[in-house]
Amino acid sequence: MRTLSYVSAIREAHAQALASDPRVFLIGQGLWSPWYAGASLEDLDKEFGRERVLDSPVSENAVTGLAVGAALAGMRPIIFHPRMDFMLLAMDPIVNQAANWSYLFETGVPLVIRSAINRGGEQGAQHSQALHAMFMHVPGLKIVMPSTPFDAKGLLLAALDDPNPVLYIDDRWLYAHTGPVPDTMYRVPIGAGVVRRAGADVTILAISWMAAQAAIAAERLEAEGIRAELIDLRSLKPWDAELAVSSARKTGRVIIADGGWKTAGASAEIAATVAAEAFDRLRAPIERVTLPDAPAPVAPAEERVYYPDAQTICTAARKLMGRRSREAAA
Amino acid sequence: MTTPWLRKQWAAMLRIRLAEEAVAAMVESGEARCPCHLYIGQEAVAVGVCAALEAEDTIWGGHRSHGHYLAKGGSLEAMFAEILGRAGGCSSGRGGSMHLRSRENGILGTVPIVAATVPLAAGAAMANKLRGEPRVAVSFLGDGTIEEGLVQETLNLAALYRLPVVFICENNLYASHMHWSERRVLDNLDRAGDFHGVPGERVDGNDVAKVYRAAARAIARARDEQGPSWIECRTFRWRGHVGASFDMDVGVRRRPELVEWLERDPVRRAERELRARGTTTDVYDHATEIEREVNDALDSARRQPPRPADATSSVYQESVCAR
Repeated sequence: MRTLSYVSAIREAHAQALASDPRVFLIGQGLWSPWYAGASLEDLDKEFGRERVLDSPVSENAVTGLAVGAALAGMRPIIFHPRMDFMLLAMDPIVNQAANWSYLFETGVPLVIRSAINRGGEQGAQHSQALHAMFMHVPGLKIVMPSTPFDAKGLLLAALDDPNPVLYIDDRWLYAHTGPVPDTMYRVPIGAGVVRRAGADVTILAISWMAAQAAIAAERLEAEGIRAELIDLRSLKPWDAELAVSSARKTGRVIIADGGWKTAGASAEIAATVAAEAFDRLRAPIERVTLPDAPAPVAPAEERVYYPDAQTICTAARKLMGRRSREAAA
Repeated sequence: MTTPWLRKQWAAMLRIRLAEEAVAAMVESGEARCPCHLYIGQEAVAVGVCAALEAEDTIWGGHRSHGHYLAKGGSLEAMFAEILGRAGGCSSGRGGSMHLRSRENGILGTVPIVAATVPLAAGAAMANKLRGEPRVAVSFLGDGTIEEGLVQETLNLAALYRLPVVFICENNLYASHMHWSERRVLDNLDRAGDFHGVPGERVDGNDVAKVYRAAARAIARARDEQGPSWIECRTFRWRGHVGASFDMDVGVRRRPELVEWLERDPVRRAERELRARGTTTDVYDHATEIEREVNDALDSARRQPPRPADATSSVYQESVCAR
């Protein structure tokens, strides 16, 4: 199968959607500039015209509200927030409006709200945040967070088909990753996780960038004789509790790896559900690998300790297996 | 305007007035429990604007939307039923007074977050523009709404994209309990669009013909792809911010001002004009008819069954299979 980068897969999904559905249009900041969107939207304005690919003024609130209104009026807009931090200025149209209208008015709001997490790069507290858990709290929203090029394309197309508002959250650290991507318009079902690797000792439930890190961790653990089962949740709302719980019941040990904060984070919700549903089979307390409860630093030395990675996941796995960590032994 | 036209608009205003007085009575008796923000005193704005619209045009409003809903063609019974939480309410009993829907009349939903529907109206206009339909979206917003930055953002987008949207600023002088002079330094809401190149004007919001003429010009301009307009309709809210009382939440010092505005009653003004044109008997007959319509609608709404307690349905719309 053809190989594409994560960022090219996102672009291809946008291009195919624009080509096949006249209701689809794109609006947001940086759409005419690769500096904001990376290559994920490159030249779409040239291909489909600036009437349908609109680089907007810096008005997150009104632009998102406009996209909600257009969705209610029968269009299929994709609103793009190149940095998730700025999306906080659009909380009313997302949380009060898009999320509520199905319940209030039995009306679909077929809107894709795409944002990118820009962790690292010395960008600090207001350019790096991963705020997915805030939205996970809200009934009426859906959230997808692909970790592979295949899912990046398939989940975007599924989000566009969905009659509900879907937050599509990608991660800049994944943009260069490559993988097989069909050229057809396939969909990855929202709410379905996937077993990336089967194993009997410990279950790793991972999301987005941390799913990619967990794949590296699982390789290393294998070499140490720890067989990890890796589940990439792919969607956070709804999330695949059935798959997660069945794996947890099998291994009895669970690590949740999420690139967001710990307190009231996605990992807390997942842990509570897994603990409730797999309680009688758990052999150890659930481990959470998350960001510490602190804003993002800028200094490189601080970034290195701030962001968890494959090594952090390995340490958690060894702890669950009752082994001393390699670092401690060395 | 012709006499038949004026009689039609007078009847539409009286229908809103009587419906709102019925709601006021339900609030006072405790029968209506959800927050009700009454439109009494402002009828000429909704009626004048909606007289210039077609069924497919959309209107967008906030917490005080009974008048807009009725003027655009919304069912009386369904509105009463909604206020009473009945299954047959215009929003199936899920919304209450602040969340009204009448899709077939271009009302997709009203919400009470101040300014929230202003960009939604622009979005509906964007949909009309992208589809090449000669449809217009009207955003009804109060004078308090201008204090939200969202309005300025939306005015810029509407101008930049030349959207077929008309902003009707209903300046009833009060935002909740606060007079405009307690919230702003300048009395210049007609100029709100100037900075963005959106033309604006001020009209007497208690004169239905004047409101209609200004709205019709702005709507024609939008249909003709000339972009958005802003109209400040100067009017007055007779009752409190929420509920039935005349000055409960604004204090007695409002009384002299209220007395002055009661004299400018938009409904009686149209009625006086009709009498001057010699249609007295007609007006009386018609008023009785409207009163009966309102009472019948309320009676029917009261007879409807309450909404069943399924508090978790419709959080999401069912997904259809992929194409």
